[in-house]
Amino acid sequence: MDNGRIHTTKLDSWQDTNVTYAIEAQGLNVYYDNFRALKNVDLKIERHKVTAIIGPSGCGKSTVLRAFNRMNELFRSARTEGRVLFNGLDIYHDQIDPVEVRRHIGMVFQKPNPFPKSIYENVAWGARIHGYRGNMDDLVYQALTQAALWDEVKDKLGQSGLSLSGGQQQRLCIARTIATQPEIILMDEPASALDPIATLRIEELMRELTNNYTIIVVTHNMQQAGRVSDNTAFFSLDETDRAGVLIEYGPTLRIFSNPASKMTEDYITGRFG
Amino acid sequence: MSGDRGPMAGTRLTRRYKVAALWRNVFRASTVVGIIVLGLLLINIANSAFGYVAVTNRVDPGDLVAEDRALEDLDHAELVAILEVNISKGLFRKLANEKPFAERERAEVLGLIYENVVKPEVAKQWTLLESITKRSEIVAEATTAYPSATLRFESWLDVAFITSPQSSDAVKAGIRTALLGSLWTIAIAIVFAFPIGVGAAIYLEEYADHARPAARAINQVIQTNISNLAGVPSIIYGILGLAVFVRVLEPLTSGAIFGLTDSTTANGRTIISAGLTLGLLILPLIIINSQEAIRAVPNSLREAAFGLGATRWQTVWSHVLPNAMPGILTGTILSVSRAMGETAPLVVVGASTYITADPSEPFSKFTTLPIQIYQWTTRPQDVFRNIAAAAIIALLMLLLSMNGVAIVLRNRFSKRT
Ligand SMILES: Nc1ncnc2c1ncn2[C@@H]1O[C@H](COP(=O)(O)OP(=O)(O)O)[C@@H](O)[C@H]1O
Ligand SMILES: [Mg+2]
Repeated sequence: MDNGRIHTTKLDSWQDTNVTYAIEAQGLNVYYDNFRALKNVDLKIERHKVTAIIGPSGCGKSTVLRAFNRMNELFRSARTEGRVLFNGLDIYHDQIDPVEVRRHIGMVFQKPNPFPKSIYENVAWGARIHGYRGNMDDLVYQALTQAALWDEVKDKLGQSGLSLSGGQQQRLCIARTIATQPEIILMDEPASALDPIATLRIEELMRELTNNYTIIVVTHNMQQAGRVSDNTAFFSLDETDRAGVLIEYGPTLRIFSNPASKMTEDYITGRFG
Repeated sequence: MSGDRGPMAGTRLTRRYKVAALWRNVFRASTVVGIIVLGLLLINIANSAFGYVAVTNRVDPGDLVAEDRALEDLDHAELVAILEVNISKGLFRKLANEKPFAERERAEVLGLIYENVVKPEVAKQWTLLESITKRSEIVAEATTAYPSATLRFESWLDVAFITSPQSSDAVKAGIRTALLGSLWTIAIAIVFAFPIGVGAAIYLEEYADHARPAARAINQVIQTNISNLAGVPSIIYGILGLAVFVRVLEPLTSGAIFGLTDSTTANGRTIISAGLTLGLLILPLIIINSQEAIRAVPNSLREAAFGLGATRWQTVWSHVLPNAMPGILTGTILSVSRAMGETAPLVVVGASTYITADPSEPFSKFTTLPIQIYQWTTRPQDVFRNIAAAAIIALLMLLLSMNGVAIVLRNRFSKRT
């Protein structure tokens, strides 16, 4: 378990390592001031798969997702304990730069939040600040194509990202993340603000993206988890201290057809949550 | 719909309408009061800035020339001749020594004749309201009381008023010196306070450590002090400016360090001291306004940038600042408008009571528009009241155009999004 690579602060690409999992939480606890929002979470995320995180609201789904790229630190009250291993390195190690972590592990948010800039600039900005040297037009084209948005916006790249519909905005946010060439893309209820058709497009997109990326998606929609994910992690609240705990984790088919825990079964069948 | 609930809904509805109407009238009344006060203010100013004047001449220009000609038609040589016979030999020689008459323009010689021979004087002036409503009475009074006077409608605010330097003669006095002084001091205040103010706001909003209790307490103290500073009476800033810029930093503010030991400069009582004092005055206002503008930038934008692996500075520079800029600029221009009208701190810092030379560099002596206005209103002669009113209009127009600039800048920035 303990690895001897902590001396380096560079987050290598996974090909250079012989680590099986894309990212792995070990004994993860997250506190907001004195409130423990997440308790002793151990979670191994498989590479090039879609992993769904489900559970009742307030059980820490967003918190665990943000723990994977150190976004919790933006909240002044948040504190993290435990380890999150990415390519064999603990991203919470003192010597690791959180900015570097987020370059490798991108994030798409619940509410589409394109920058109030042109569509082109939305995609190009992240790559530019990372010192991208290649042809920017090509990169924008590729990212928008991978995000299944190119055909809809190719004639109006100069228009504001805010002029798009909600579903298009969310795909723009995905394109923007892709353009920074991360390994993992975290998505926090990416379709909850969208209509059913836009939701389906995002789900298709998630499946396609697994060719190149590892996807972790939080969703409150059971059907969605069943449709898109390979593995499912079910979180719930600990009865005693209201902390979020991981109840059950495994292949989606198994979790949905034959849950081991009574709580999971109740939640999936809609009896609580 | 109106079925059995009809009667009850009806009475409740009328009562609600009545209450709504009451409040509407209360708010409308406060608006009307505000507009009336503003209108009275403007009328009061315009009342003094325009109106009839009766002008008497020491020597009638007609008496200086032959019956069939007018002073204005004469050529250069004739004008010099008239000047020579009508002023003392000593004065004529003095004028010739300052600048030979051959080198002087014809208009300049004409001006000298008016200044030294004709000597027009305002015998009496009437307000704008009087001029409009009691025209015939004014004409009657002018012909009986000032038979030799000419009556004309005077606009005290005209191009000559704005472009002429300060003068002890109210008819000739202008606001150029004061206007340039105001522009200089304000420019220095902005150059000093804007970068520091916005920088402090960025620090407090984006960088300040709120995690550790000690740091949080310190930031809280800083924040409270900035808010308090914004409310400190402006004269206190004057005293501070006097102590720091005029006294302690005198070698710097007098320009001595830069080898400028011009005897006409007033030690540390220079434009740069005044500008820095006004800069201190507006600094807390700029900080507070900028903080508010930065806080109004939605957090989702910051999250988006951080989620892409941006640093704090990249996020601030590319997203927070551009989106906060309209608010920052509006706040800055409002603070600058306030500084523009300040009198007390600059009096303390040592505004000159009477200078006619244009300020040409940061180490010049200075006066500003509000100070000029204040000084004119303290003069005993009524005419100064008229030019003070004209200067107030000029100041108001300057402030209005600055607010116009703020609106243009704001629209320009908002459009980029
Ligand atoms: N920034 C925060 N500050 C304080 N408490 C928070 C913060 N974010 C979330 N929490 C709390 O942590 C718990 C888990 O929140 P979250 O991860 O958002 O749940 P979920 O996404 O599953 O609905 C909730 O009780 C929530 O109130
Ligand atoms: Mg959530």
